[in-house]
Amino acid sequence: MSISEKGNPNALANAVSNLDLDTPEKPYLDSNELIINMGPQHPATHGVLRVILKLDGEKVLGTECVIGYLHRGVEKIAENRTYTMFNPYVDRMDYCAAVSNGLGYCEAVEKLMNVEAPARAQYIRVILTELNRIASHQLWLGTHALDIGAMTPLFYTFRDREEILKIFERYCGARLTTHAFRIGGCQYETYAGFEKDVTNFLSFFAPKIDEYEALLTTNRIWLERTKNVGVISAADAIALGVTGPVLRASGVKWDLRKAQPYANYSKFDFEIPIGENGDTYDRYLVRMEEMRQSMRIIEQAVGGIPEGPIMGKVPKVIKPPVGEIYHSIEAPKGELGYFIVSDGSTQPYRLRVRPPSFVNLQALDIMVRGLLIADVVAVIGTIDIVLGEVDR
Amino acid sequence: MAEEVKTPAPPPPPQPQPAKTGPSGGPEGEKKPTAEKPAAAESAAPAKPAAPAGKSDVPAKAAAPAKPAVPTPVPWTSPLVEKYRNQYGSGLEALTYLGQNYLSVDRSLIPDILRRLREDEQFDYCVDVTAAHYPKREKQFDVIWILYSFARNERMRVKTQIADGASIASAVSIWPTANWLEREVYDMFGIRFDGHPDLKRILLPDGWKGYPLRKDYGILQQDTEWVQINLGIESGQ
Amino acid sequence: MPNFVMSYLGSTVTPGQAGNQFWALMYVLIIFAGVSVAVMAMNWLERKALAHFQIRLGPMRVGPHGLLQPFADALKLMLKEDIIPTEADQFVFWVAPLIGLLASFTVYTVIPFGPSQAVSDMNIGILFMLGVSSLAVLGIVVAGWASNSHYPLIGALRSSAQMVSYEVAMGLAVVSAVLMTSMNASGTGTLSMIGIVQAQQQQGIWFIFKFFPLGFIAFAIFAIAMVAETNRAPFDMAEAESELTAGYHTEYSGLRWSLFMLAEYAAMIAVSSIAVTLWLGGWMRPFPNLLQAPAWEFIFSLFPGLTFAGLAAIAFIGTARMPAQSFFRVQRIGLAVFAALLGFIALLLLVIAVAGRTADTSVAARFREGIDYVYWFVLKVAVFMYLFIWYRATWPRYRFDQLMRIGWKVMLPIALGVLMLTAIVGVIVS
Repeated sequence: MSISEKGNPNALANAVSNLDLDTPEKPYLDSNELIINMGPQHPATHGVLRVILKLDGEKVLGTECVIGYLHRGVEKIAENRTYTMFNPYVDRMDYCAAVSNGLGYCEAVEKLMNVEAPARAQYIRVILTELNRIASHQLWLGTHALDIGAMTPLFYTFRDREEILKIFERYCGARLTTHAFRIGGCQYETYAGFEKDVTNFLSFFAPKIDEYEALLTTNRIWLERTKNVGVISAADAIALGVTGPVLRASGVKWDLRKAQPYANYSKFDFEIPIGENGDTYDRYLVRMEEMRQSMRIIEQAVGGIPEGPIMGKVPKVIKPPVGEIYHSIEAPKGELGYFIVSDGSTQPYRLRVRPPSFVNLQALDIMVRGLLIADVVAVIGTIDIVLGEVDR
Repeated sequence: MAEEVKTPAPPPPPQPQPAKTGPSGGPEGEKKPTAEKPAAAESAAPAKPAAPAGKSDVPAKAAAPAKPAVPTPVPWTSPLVEKYRNQYGSGLEALTYLGQNYLSVDRSLIPDILRRLREDEQFDYCVDVTAAHYPKREKQFDVIWILYSFARNERMRVKTQIADGASIASAVSIWPTANWLEREVYDMFGIRFDGHPDLKRILLPDGWKGYPLRKDYGILQQDTEWVQINLGIESGQ
Repeated sequence: MPNFVMSYLGSTVTPGQAGNQFWALMYVLIIFAGVSVAVMAMNWLERKALAHFQIRLGPMRVGPHGLLQPFADALKLMLKEDIIPTEADQFVFWVAPLIGLLASFTVYTVIPFGPSQAVSDMNIGILFMLGVSSLAVLGIVVAGWASNSHYPLIGALRSSAQMVSYEVAMGLAVVSAVLMTSMNASGTGTLSMIGIVQAQQQQGIWFIFKFFPLGFIAFAIFAIAMVAETNRAPFDMAEAESELTAGYHTEYSGLRWSLFMLAEYAAMIAVSSIAVTLWLGGWMRPFPNLLQAPAWEFIFSLFPGLTFAGLAAIAFIGTARMPAQSFFRVQRIGLAVFAALLGFIALLLLVIAVAGRTADTSVAARFREGIDYVYWFVLKVAVFMYLFIWYRATWPRYRFDQLMRIGWKVMLPIALGVLMLTAIVGVIVS
């Protein structure tokens, strides 16, 4: 499957190129290729993704993604809002992992202003971000399993995700689009009983992961549906810019939390799970293990929250100096980057979001060629896209 | 470069400092260049002879920062930079801002430099391709490639300036991931990429007129004609 | 005419055999009504059981514990606009659900709920059954084709390929059961559904336990194939909603769609009935030969009444546990009425069980026996129905090629092997 390994990088580039819907790939006898329009209203495209499939019977000859149905012009909005005003907008990109988006944005602006959030704020940030990573992976697991036909995990994961959302709600009043962080630190002090809630969640959730795994990990049908499906080699994954669990499942041990630590991740002890085959099953295992590792991080962080202020020394009016910065974090779905150009005013001159889902989605075509229709939904699920982030 | 211009002027000025490499570590005490040296050295062995030449230059620096509170871009030195500077001369400028390195490159050198960064310097992961619009400049657009090397655990940016209507070489054959990223740049800024396999709009509908992320495109502006024809409503507002 | 009607009562053969058209028609109507009600009950049970598997409550609003939900659904579906796509083949689109419905209901003519509780006893019963149930695929293919849309077309193709493949393994498993009917003194077997059950009674063993494990393997193959045959999870490729939105009935709505659902559930009950008839002793109560004493007869005849009494007790407990707020008043009363209804049925059944024992007319005795037969038959089928729900809650969906591989490469060879071994063992034993 590794196209680029055959020595010609152009082969991969051409493979990703778009579908020629008019010329049949195999003009033999009377066979017709079927062009199927999957989405934008389709149960398994996780939103308003439209995939045009070119089929030979059930076999997928090629795909083309049509995106943009959820395009809100976040980058344009940013240019017309102050840095502070734009902060809530980032939550609306990857709405399953709003806290991560907020962390990336706040850190990018802080970096641009050359300030740092105080230690206490950093700890709160890590705890909330990792909780959000678990929540995002839970949502992924539920929907992914539902795509493959297992209904029940969806309800289990949503039941447990609720506990995380409750913590968010108690902390900042919002469940999904939390807007939990501010440039320079956190808006809110932890509420009384925050640590207890988090530790309670950890002890509540540990057996729940085993429950998910009991349903799926050794399930024969699950194995057959996910093993060797949507394989992407490490070389292809890198060439296509794929990041996050998808890249790690291909065997590349790369996690921004370790590679270029931000927040204070360097203080915590955790492993980066990697896979071997780069197939859907490995991605499943990697994400399951990531949830466990997130729990480890939270456990360490919640035990060591230092005392101190939660806001750094930032002026009331955020006015970064002229300059440009790229800052990226490891969001649940991959590398989430913010490229900000400042002209010294209170509004970003240009703000570019590097969305992991958008770039990862590009690998869909490579991953599903030659597979069957049923695998397309499995692969869309395993890439873990959020259309709010793809389209921004 | 720290001029207080109200017109949007990004840090790398079009007419840069003379291509002198000061010693690593500006007055602000940038740590990044020194930290990079071991990593860069191992991959850029042929650059070594060039390095002493660069070092021997007088460390005189034209822009002594007046206000230490405001960080300014300082020249970026590394074997990699030396190597390319020797080859390409003044077409290229290497700077560091807040610990982040970037190359400002002349447009004509872009395909060459990108390919060499990918093949010789192991920048095998193209994080992002994006652009910025400066309507008051003669060359209106900055095109920016954000690169990362897994082997060196190092990030860098390459940027170039192009005029409105001009096109630039596509990087799809170097990094396949540039495919959609370049399409998005085209969609949002109208910058054409030569050699792109399928350059068409990606987020906006195909028939849309205008490039929304240009500065002259208002935030409430829309292609009313398209909206009226395709959505059957007076206006999208 | 009354004589014509009355003379059949007390008969020990099916109305078909007795040549009594009136009762044949009555049976058809009773079965049609019964199956329709069973489908509704199944609909409610599936939603409820599935919900409880998935830590939800399921329907709770329409009637106490959502008991009236199936009626609300049926009403909604009947009132819904019936959309026929303009590009569809109108007539075929219109007729497709009827084909499926006809096929799945025709099967019931030969299903024996008791030795005389069937419309007819054909001597080719099982053959007829397999043949007619295969016709259901025609409805699906035609529906997919007539919709003139891609998803239904793929769903229909999948479904037809799937049904055809699994019928092979299914047929072979059936043949090995039929083979077992011939393991008697005379050496002649039967294809009659009633005959097969009677053969199990004569041989004193359910065929699932015969030549263990051969009978069991054949049963297992049938049990898997019947899930595939009815397009249920984990073999619900034809209507895999995450892939094909709704498969062959994507373009259907309202009543026409509900006909497909009715056909699907009726088919589920039908294939479960075949499995029960062939391997689980059909209408027979447990140990009919071993525990033959009148006392045992009496104890077993109490079961139907006791089951209903149990259900009534559960409903009463539910009534008592309902929150006391006035908001739940109507629901409480509803549930209490429902519980009372169940209790009344239980009482009636118990009275029949007790009174029927001492009754001297053959009609009353027949009636009591009939209740027993139907009860045990329905109970066994209900186990399969529950399994269908359980499968759906537990397993992911197979992929199409894997389904085909299992059908042709795994189940078919095993079914063939079991068939041959059954024949060999049968020859050796007799």
